Amino acid sequence: MAKYHVSTTINGEPVEFLCEPQQTLLDVLRDDLQLTGSKEGCSSGDCGACSVMLDGRLVCSCLVLGVEAAERSVETIEGMAQGEQLHPLQRKFLEHAALQCGICTPGFLIAAKALLEKNPDPTETEVRYWLAGNLCRCTGYDKIVRAVLDAAAEIRA
Amino acid sequence: MGEQEQTFRWIGKRPLRPDGVDKVTGRARFGADYFLPGMLSGKILRSPHAHARIVSIDTSAAKALPGVKAVITGADWPDIPSEEAAAGETPINLRALSHNLMARDKVLYDGHAVAAVAATSASIAEQALALIKVEYEILPHVIDVRAAIKPDAPLLHDDLYTEGMEPQPQQPSNIAKRVEFSLGDLDAGFAAADVIIEREFTTQPVHQGYIEPHAAIATVSEDGQAEVWCSSQGHFTMRTYLCKLLRLEQSKVRVIPAEIGGGFGGKTLVYLEPIAFLLARQSGRPVKLTMSREEVFRATGPAPGSYSRIKIGANRDGKITAASAEVYLQAGAFPGAPVGPACMAAFAPYDLANVSAVGYDVVVNRPKVAAYRAPGAPLSEYPVESVIDDLAKQLGIDPLQFRLQNAAHEGTQAAYGPRFKVIGYAETLQAALQHPHYTAPLADSSNGSAPGIVRGRGVASGFWFNIGGDSTAAININEDGTIALTTGSPDIGGSRAGHAMMVAEEFGIDVAQVRPLIGDTSSIGYTFLTGGSRVTFATGMAAIEASRKAIQELCKRAALIWEIDPEAVSWKDGKAFPAGPNAGDFEPLTIGDIAAKAGKTGGPIAGYATLNAQEPDRVSALISAIWKSIPKPGA
Repeated sequence: MAKYHVSTTINGEPVEFLCEPQQTLLDVLRDDLQLTGSKEGCSSGDCGACSVMLDGRLVCSCLVLGVEAAERSVETIEGMAQGEQLHPLQRKFLEHAALQCGICTPGFLIAAKALLEKNPDPTETEVRYWLAGNLCRCTGYDKIVRAVLDAAAEIRA
Repeated sequence: MGEQEQTFRWIGKRPLRPDGVDKVTGRARFGADYFLPGMLSGKILRSPHAHARIVSIDTSAAKALPGVKAVITGADWPDIPSEEAAAGETPINLRALSHNLMARDKVLYDGHAVAAVAATSASIAEQALALIKVEYEILPHVIDVRAAIKPDAPLLHDDLYTEGMEPQPQQPSNIAKRVEFSLGDLDAGFAAADVIIEREFTTQPVHQGYIEPHAAIATVSEDGQAEVWCSSQGHFTMRTYLCKLLRLEQSKVRVIPAEIGGGFGGKTLVYLEPIAFLLARQSGRPVKLTMSREEVFRATGPAPGSYSRIKIGANRDGKITAASAEVYLQAGAFPGAPVGPACMAAFAPYDLANVSAVGYDVVVNRPKVAAYRAPGAPLSEYPVESVIDDLAKQLGIDPLQFRLQNAAHEGTQAAYGPRFKVIGYAETLQAALQHPHYTAPLADSSNGSAPGIVRGRGVASGFWFNIGGDSTAAININEDGTIALTTGSPDIGGSRAGHAMMVAEEFGIDVAQVRPLIGDTSSIGYTFLTGGSRVTFATGMAAIEASRKAIQELCKRAALIWEIDPEAVSWKDGKAFPAGPNAGDFEPLTIGDIAAKAGKTGGPIAGYATLNAQEPDRVSALISAIWKSIPKPGA
């Protein structure tokens, strides 16, 4: 099958890849670029484990085609920490033990970061609604919500 | 330890988990996150029919497609004898398991694997699946237990005769097994009852729903040495399955545990590893198989659906005089529903003179069930507890009080065999009764102030076992005095953190100095899977024993350095001390001090422990220690 040549930006770096027309952005990230922090849980946009930012907008990368990333900017979990510095959300997830098996964690972190960029001072209800597109099977959501609220407070301070 | 309260350095604290940073940065490698040079992409062809005879399979067109490197069907599997093997909380028949992994003569559920391919890309593998021609003769199917036990029901296996019946039936049926746990005289018990409630319950199968679909990678060299990466609750168990199902030597198969993205019991069964192995062996290249979510739901084990009849009688004083349960569980396509645990757990919280729990393991045209959080127990406990509540209501007795009046306690004869020792159940009920949460008024929801919200308060009892089992742990003292802890237990919920804390507690050091990791099957001794609530307890016990052995060795080395008797050395807060004034006057030695001189005192320092946590002496010593450490209500 003929492949398309795609030029894009991932986590601030220029990236080029070849992909088949039916390949999703998630397939490309994981299988071709080996950015495996984005996870496939359902491939139908239900679980949010593959969440990434596309031109500043939160999307499920399993619902975006690889070719759609052309000339756009993609942010993944791999770009969240700055060198040795964890993002406040990452630190707060650790401190609040807001993860158990960890498979949903990258998606939650990307979604939470998108929320705080839009709304730096969300209420608990707003956090819960915003994260409704991300499924966690182990911990329950309470610690996740607390970690996000705590990180928001720290970022505001 | 006595009655004095023990203080801990780490136990009960909340240090950051050792695997945490990898999991918040996307660095942690789960099953599908591994890539090997030359790796092929595998795909599985699945049955579109719930029940059908396979007339023929033609793979020639798939094999001829450029890029396809291997194609397997049921014909590529060895024929293995019918043999039971341990698998989590319930045993499993290996021959049935082999047939579940890939259909032979018949497909038994929608999603049953029929063939598999490995190709140079996922899209070529998918095209190859479309080129495999399977001719089916469709058979009538049955998916409901009540329909499946009828005499004229479609038969899944014509060689299945119900076990546990006297006399053994002469005709095959869909009932694989009958179990019974009974005590006393039910008729007399019900005759003595003032109130009897009898109800029927049905539940649907529920999938474990782990977010990570199954994934496996296998590579097999020309001399038969294999490496397999898997996301499972037990990589040793996966090795057992691989070797039994494919007739391999265990020394030739190294299974490497990936991080596991949730299991809840469902990743105790094998699905992909042997298929990846066969494709890798045929192609001579590494093969990765990952399931889609659809495949997870179509082909991996949910908890069984059930049908049950519960009958409980009590007298007006609130004493249960008789109780019976009949529980039918959907096994899926092959025997193995957890009817034993369901019936053992059904009435276990109660002290009953006349009781009977009878269970039936029923095959139906659905995926084979797998363990799921106390397998079987919720399916008997939910209906029993519902009837207990109904009885309490009808008798006008508080539901907690009713349970307390009938509670099992030290000395109660359980219908499934044991006479209970100290179990703490009545004390727990008393504590709940006394707790302010039990009597605090609930916000009124009847006045419409919060539409859609109904507030209530419910109680229920549950019962489950701890399966103990085999565990191994190794402590290696690094040259700089830090500690490597290796166990064989996949970490499905933070057990690495717990085990590291136990080790730090034993040594008396900072938990950050202990690096826990999960060894592959060639790097650490056999360890049974993570399930049955056993890992914190059993592997933790091994980690503690390994620590104590290493500490003993550290003390011996300190004695050599000081040129005193090993018995004259004691250990505290991560250091060796002379045991008393008579032992001599020496500055304490840290682990690092001793490790630095290890080469001159006998070589590297380590502790290794292998155990079975069910050995009665270990268990009773542990239980009495735990019991002593729990604050008692009113004490």
